[in-house]
Amino acid sequence: MGNKIIYTKELAPKTKLFEIEADHIAKRGRAGQFIILRVCDEGERIPLTIANRNPDKGTITLVFQEVGKTTEMLGQLAVGDEILDLAGPLGKATEIPTGKTVVCVGGGIGNAVVWPQVQALKEAGNKVIAILGARTKELLILEEEIMSLADMTITTTDDGSYGRKGMVTHALEDLIEEGEKVDEVITIGPVVMMKFVCKATEPHGIPTQASLNPIMVDGTGMCGACRVTVGGKTRFACVEGPEFDGHAVDFDELITRLAYYQPEERASADNYHRCRMEEAADNLGNHG
Amino acid sequence: MTDNTKKPKKVINKSKTKVPMREQAPMDRIMNFEEVPLGYTEDEAHQEALRCIDCKTKPCVAGCPVGIDIPAFLKLVGEKNFEGALRKIKEKNFLPAICGRVCPQEDQCEMVCTLNKPDKGREPGGIGRVERFLGDYAMEHNLTITPEIAPATGKTVAIIGSGPAGLTAASDLAQKGHKVTVFEALHKPGGVLFYGIPQFRMPKEILIREIDGMKDMGVEFVMNYPVGKAEPLDSIRQRFDAVFIGTGAGLPWFLGIPGENLNGVYSANEFLTRVNLMGGYKFPDGADTPVKKIKRIAVIGAGNTAMDSARTAKRLQPEVVYLVYRRSRLEMPARIEEIHHAEQEGIDFNLLHSPIEIIDDGKGAVGAIRCQEMELGEPDDSGRRRPIPIEGKIRDFAVDTVVISIGQGPNPLLSADCPELARDERRGTIVINDYAQTSFENVFAGGDIVTGGATVILAMGQGRVAADAMHRYLMTGDPAPADNESGDVCPNLT
Ligand SMILES: Cc1cc2nc3c(=O)[nH]c(=O)nc-3n(C[C@H](O)[C@H](O)[C@H](O)COP(=O)(O)OP(=O)(O)OC[C@H]3O[C@@H](n4cnc5c(N)ncnc54)[C@H](O)[C@@H]3O)c2cc1C
Ligand code: FES
Repeated sequence: MGNKIIYTKELAPKTKLFEIEADHIAKRGRAGQFIILRVCDEGERIPLTIANRNPDKGTITLVFQEVGKTTEMLGQLAVGDEILDLAGPLGKATEIPTGKTVVCVGGGIGNAVVWPQVQALKEAGNKVIAILGARTKELLILEEEIMSLADMTITTTDDGSYGRKGMVTHALEDLIEEGEKVDEVITIGPVVMMKFVCKATEPHGIPTQASLNPIMVDGTGMCGACRVTVGGKTRFACVEGPEFDGHAVDFDELITRLAYYQPEERASADNYHRCRMEEAADNLGNHG
Repeated sequence: MTDNTKKPKKVINKSKTKVPMREQAPMDRIMNFEEVPLGYTEDEAHQEALRCIDCKTKPCVAGCPVGIDIPAFLKLVGEKNFEGALRKIKEKNFLPAICGRVCPQEDQCEMVCTLNKPDKGREPGGIGRVERFLGDYAMEHNLTITPEIAPATGKTVAIIGSGPAGLTAASDLAQKGHKVTVFEALHKPGGVLFYGIPQFRMPKEILIREIDGMKDMGVEFVMNYPVGKAEPLDSIRQRFDAVFIGTGAGLPWFLGIPGENLNGVYSANEFLTRVNLMGGYKFPDGADTPVKKIKRIAVIGAGNTAMDSARTAKRLQPEVVYLVYRRSRLEMPARIEEIHHAEQEGIDFNLLHSPIEIIDDGKGAVGAIRCQEMELGEPDDSGRRRPIPIEGKIRDFAVDTVVISIGQGPNPLLSADCPELARDERRGTIVINDYAQTSFENVFAGGDIVTGGATVILAMGQGRVAADAMHRYLMTGDPAPADNESGDVCPNLT
């Protein structure tokens, strides 16, 4: 087993960072790759991007938002606990150019993925501009970490509670308009955001990689749950991605596919909340 | 000369038909995931074994891909020496409880059985059923036929993939005294036996028991370790003296028709994985991986995987399960028993229907599947009559779910990270020589990754041949048998 949690931190409400022992993943993982984990028997397999790695220490960092039953259960774990199953590194690594100006556009939890990318891009000698978006100030994560690596960091919030008010796409468009010579854009965040980032770069002919997050089951190319349409062709994101040419991705299809299990996921989370409340009530009863 | 040493007259059971096997009634079993055929009692197995006439030619042995001495084990069952019979089988096949359930006996041992005379209404010996009985007998009586383990050789072996090919190779090599480590990408060992074949056809407990037995023999299992990703093959091949690749045919094929990415379209692998490996039928109380509430479903294809998908779907209590296949009944590749069970369970077979489009319900999900009706034309190269469209005959099936089960290609995970490993360019399968050796000297391969999607028993047969060759390689540096030894070569698909 192994996979022991050695550090945890709450980055924002319902958003946590875990550092976990996983020696081979720490040594072989690359920016853009992900892991699949399971927290309990009969539990779901969920993909999470490798946000950071420490090969010397043999640890990896995961950042996740508690949005469903599995991530909530994961969030309940503490330092010293072990993660039942952890497989990786999976997927292809980000293609890292050299000597280019690259803009990384992240939104929400997507900033966790921007972090290793900025790091890898800097190591390869690129000029890196990070544009980080969040709905509101308290949901903004990893700004400091990314800012300390990138040549320039622009922060936006939808409500203007911090940084620039508005969308990341506006900041990106302004940057291009102001004459910044952008060679490449990498984007990761909510699908709608990525769709508009790609729309913004397309007229300028700026190559744009989008990191896609379809539903996955095995993550090893065995089931096809993760299929996405890119340039009219079906691709398996877990083995051929997760990053694809954003100008060729069918984002609308991805949005529809991502929504398919929402009612079930909600039911599962509700069920879990109910169980936990009953458990808590039982405990109270026992003590009372 | 008079023969006064005449053998006592053999007792045989002259019944023309197999001793029937009790089953859960169709209407009961579609409400649960429990096993359908209930197996033989000792008496029934005994009676069935007595049908064997112990013919001289023993065609069944040649018909078995791993060459089990079938007449010998039937004879022992005929003497009620069940443990002896089990030992006999285990010489060649260490998973009888599994093979008895999933082997296509009607194309192998039972097809060539001397008794088999369908025109005279005579059925072959129920070899598979007796084999299964013995496997179950071992479990019920907690009989562990622990193989002798040779003294440690000090050699190390890595097995990549824990399907039947990998498990067989691992078990054989451990018996020969090598230190064996099995690497598996998923969180449970067994390959298709775990994630594909449903509980009602092969209870998982059987597999778990066999794997526990292997652990007792000293085989180490490393789960969640996708070789090629977690560690390059090159590194594995340096760390271990020999390597066996049994990564299977896990890449699902799609039809390439419009609408295939609509919500509600699954590969059989995804559908079966959700339900079997992840326990999705227990969602949301017993398991966390969701399976949608299905009302009307169409399964495309007619192999074992399609039957498994259709019958699994049936147990989720939909209104209707259609099976759609573009050829005729004669060409259906599934085991006869599975086809028969599917029919009993009320799966609605639609043969000579070829899907041409999956139609959107207006919300991005499946609304219907549109099929072209076909008729049989001239035989093609494979001798099968080719289906040809009947012009103007189009039929829509209103469904909310479509499961595509038209076969699968070699698993790409490992090969993608090791392009130097020689592969068949067209099929993507790994190329091996007669001794299961790949283009890398200390790397061997077998099972579906070599043959393309085939059968459990063929995968096991290849695992065994590879283990023999690997053993020779480890001990002498040459996988081929010395001139004075005999050695099996890989059983072939054709
Ligand atoms: C639903 C279904 C029903 C079937 N029914 C029957 C039947 O009734 N009778 C019959 O004879 N045959 C049946 N088959 C076919 C049979 O299951 C296969 O032929 C057989 O399992 C092949 O065995 P294998 O060991 O080659 O591979 P698999 O069983 O496919 O196992 C391969 C294993 O390798 C793992 N793996 C892949 N890549 C890596 C990697 N890079 N690192 C680590 N691990 C890796 C996979 O996760 C998997 O666990 C069926 C198949 C399916 C899908
Ligand atoms: S998640 Fe199963 S193939 Fe990608």
